[in-house]
Amino acid sequence: METPTAPLPPNPDPCLNVEITPELIAQHGLLPEEYEQILKILGRTPNLTELGIFSVMWSEHCAYKNTRKLLKLFPTEKKDKSAIGQVLVKAGEENAGVIDVGEGWGVAFKIESHNHPSAIEPFEGAATGVGGIVRDIFTMGARPVLLTNSLRFGSLESSQVKRLFRGVVSGISHYGNCLGIPNMGGDVYFDDCYEGNPLVNALCAGVLRHEEIQKGAATGVGNPVYYVGPGTGRDGLGGASFASRELTEESAEDRPAVQKGDPFMEKLLLEACLEMMSIPGLVVGIQDMGAAGLTCSSCETASRGNSGIEIDLDLVPQRETGMNSYEIMLSESQERMLVIVAKGRERELEEVFEKWDLHAAHIGEVKDGDRMVVRHKGVVVADLPAKSLTDEAPVYDQPASEPAHLAQAREWKVDSIPELAAEKVEDSLLGLLQHPTIASKQWVWKQYDHMVMSGCTVEPGSDAGVVKLSIAGINKFLAIANDCNNRFCYLDPYAGAQIAFAECMRNLACSGARALAVTDNLNFGNPNKPEAYHMLKECVKGLADACAHFDVPVVGGNVSLYNEHGEGAIDPTPVVSMVGLIDQADRVTRSCVREAGVELILLGGLPHELGGSYYLQTQFSKKEGTCPFVDLAAEKNLQDFLISQIENGKIHAAHDLAEGGLLVCLAEMLFGLEKLGASVSLPDLGSSGRLDSLLFGESQARAVIAVKSADREAVLNAAQSIGLSPHFLGQTNESDEFKVEVGSRSVLNTQVSGLKNAWESAIPKHMEIA
Amino acid sequence: MKVVIIQFPGSNCDWDAEHSVQDVIGLPAGRVWHKDPLPSGVEAVIVPGGFSFGDYLRCGAIARFSPIMTDLKRFAEQGGQVLGICNGFQILCESGLLPGALVRNDCMEFRCLNQRLKVEDSNNRFNRGALGDSLDLPIAHGEGNYRADDAVLADLEANQQVLLRYQPNPNGSLNDIAGIRNRSGNVYGMMPHPERAVEDHHPCLDGLPVLRAFLQPLLVSSPAELSA
Repeated sequence: METPTAPLPPNPDPCLNVEITPELIAQHGLLPEEYEQILKILGRTPNLTELGIFSVMWSEHCAYKNTRKLLKLFPTEKKDKSAIGQVLVKAGEENAGVIDVGEGWGVAFKIESHNHPSAIEPFEGAATGVGGIVRDIFTMGARPVLLTNSLRFGSLESSQVKRLFRGVVSGISHYGNCLGIPNMGGDVYFDDCYEGNPLVNALCAGVLRHEEIQKGAATGVGNPVYYVGPGTGRDGLGGASFASRELTEESAEDRPAVQKGDPFMEKLLLEACLEMMSIPGLVVGIQDMGAAGLTCSSCETASRGNSGIEIDLDLVPQRETGMNSYEIMLSESQERMLVIVAKGRERELEEVFEKWDLHAAHIGEVKDGDRMVVRHKGVVVADLPAKSLTDEAPVYDQPASEPAHLAQAREWKVDSIPELAAEKVEDSLLGLLQHPTIASKQWVWKQYDHMVMSGCTVEPGSDAGVVKLSIAGINKFLAIANDCNNRFCYLDPYAGAQIAFAECMRNLACSGARALAVTDNLNFGNPNKPEAYHMLKECVKGLADACAHFDVPVVGGNVSLYNEHGEGAIDPTPVVSMVGLIDQADRVTRSCVREAGVELILLGGLPHELGGSYYLQTQFSKKEGTCPFVDLAAEKNLQDFLISQIENGKIHAAHDLAEGGLLVCLAEMLFGLEKLGASVSLPDLGSSGRLDSLLFGESQARAVIAVKSADREAVLNAAQSIGLSPHFLGQTNESDEFKVEVGSRSVLNTQVSGLKNAWESAIPKHMEIA
Repeated sequence: MKVVIIQFPGSNCDWDAEHSVQDVIGLPAGRVWHKDPLPSGVEAVIVPGGFSFGDYLRCGAIARFSPIMTDLKRFAEQGGQVLGICNGFQILCESGLLPGALVRNDCMEFRCLNQRLKVEDSNNRFNRGALGDSLDLPIAHGEGNYRADDAVLADLEANQQVLLRYQPNPNGSLNDIAGIRNRSGNVYGMMPHPERAVEDHHPCLDGLPVLRAFLQPLLVSSPAELSA
């Protein structure tokens, strides 16, 4: 192709005809060497519209320039080609990955962050985060069937954090409830490191027939390009670049970079798009206008389709007057889509959108060649090779070095704190149950409609949320879990990321679900700082190795860097979300025991590690120590056992040991019924020789199961025979008493109702005084 | 199609309602778009939950101007069976088919939970004999706080038009009202979602008797039809 190098004519808006200065380049978040590369690609100086386009497309948010190399470490398909959950659309190929769930059905799912907007404008930031991820899913042709969120906030003692927490939850509630997609909760952690930089990661999963998978490619020269959805305004201008720099005191001035959501528009768009896509052969390609709006959707579809694309901005529906090409191309107005339709069938698309009272504007055409050409008021305002925007973004391998303070933090030894006295066990347990990270999150999820679509099977609050795929007409259940304990990632990013993976998968196993695939959200600090980059690199390696070990591929996800505020970077937070499948109703398992007289068994051996635990946080305000040992083989052994025993109908309830350790796990198992107690006996202090490490240590690859009396011996023997070191702990009863003995010494004798009340009221109490 | 579920822009419990009537209870049901006429031969209409027209202005305030509402009013006047669930209840109140109004929950937040409800002896279909003394049904709303002036409330009580009361009250509704019917007993409205409590994977099956009570005139006639 001939590359035009003559300068473009002046822009119809005189204010865009300015000289491209180093200051302007820096303001657009582009490095001098990146600008040099743009000059080389174009063979001329870009105009301001083009500079804006490069700026958003080459931002970290769109181009993954600091992570692209690392992300290649993730396995993107299953090694075992006969296993359920084969990857149908791989990570990075389309708007979301798709996996096979059998009977001709697939599941599309993905997680995405909206951290920076939520820090500035929590309600709108979180709401539009939900909107964006839902569009990614229905763009694939899938009917969304569930939502979850991974949220991280600073300490709830702070009134500013309360404001953010309340705003984020109500934003998610507002948007998701209106869409009518059940929100199954997710996870929420509170830690000082997120003060001023909360994390708001939103996940959506949807179901579709294999043959319904849509592509985001502009193919077929002459096919018309349609803009559907509400008009474009000036909101969210340059949001992708905003997300790709650190938050500062001045960030509040970036408020125009935060988008405004309209869930009703999104609901109409969702229904109209699904209706349109159900017409065979009508849609050639479709892509949502998310980050970088019209720019990203047009150049990505062209690039994927190995085509050129031409669009005319005069035809773009606009809800503000006097918008220039820079604003229209970079706007991140919500609830919009770009659709490439088969030539000659335009009327069929228009009729669907007329029914739903939405704009469907014919704004351009697929062209031969490789250029993205943008016209405004009869003038070419941008003319760029589409692939240069998507594929030629610079890729960096940053220097990495371990943060100096970490070696010191790991030096911490358990004998530096006094051993826990038996009479302090109850207080310690209460302290843990009231820590907002561990406390009941009902305050959050009772604001979410988790029952719409008639599929909710295990409500939020159990190890995994479970929905029946009723809407697909199949008798299968989709389980979803999110995890990431930042404390472990901070102390040891490689092991911490593996713990996030293992715990997430263990949560699915405890629910009776076989894990299918992962979507991850990598939340880290500024990659240009060697310490932050080290954390990122090690976490990715840890996750990639865990994925390979369990043969669970990554089918998509998101990277959010520059999560820094005031004191420095957030703790590394590689959120792992996993989708699992349960193929029979009677295998759906909950973490709560539902009757007296069942037998409690600890699998995986007595806990013995206190490093990085929430006990250290709640009792000593310490984030120190060695994070628990990760043994992926032991983890797999445990999970395979849990699933096989659930499938054999032997397990009544199962709950994994996580934040807070054994006593928190046992207490939570008793919170499901009004009057349920347990009498538990541990043989000795275990290998640590310490009560604190036994009761509150967060050793991995452990779970407590509840079985019927008649099955006790058989389950114990089966666990013993495969080296799971089972310990029979005791029975549940109708007493409302929780009694724990260690080596025949009583260490706890308290009322379950008191513990439950503390656990349930902790977050509401914080939020009352806001 | 014996049972019609009206689909407004923003309805989101339309599929659920159709599924519960057609696949669980076994009556032919289908969705009808709000711009289309109500088909002839319809025996019952459900106005489903959701956020019709985004709940802009007031919940249900725009839906009441939809083309299909003229047909629905005529259908109700002729004694046709109408049930409004959640947003559907709000629409029926806005359109005057039921008295009163639903405003923001007094806790100022959306509430989604399994709600204990006290059953009232309202008529020969909705009563404790048919439904039991109490029920558990899911609620999911931000604006379920029932309001009416004293005269209307007194009228509702005097004529036994209250179907269900909250126990305890999650939203500030007057007289703990969760559901009511019109005087003649063919138009019903409730904030709880019976269609979400009809299958084994649901929290309970208490929605079944509620839907059956509403659909009773149709259920009584169907066996005869089946044998014909």
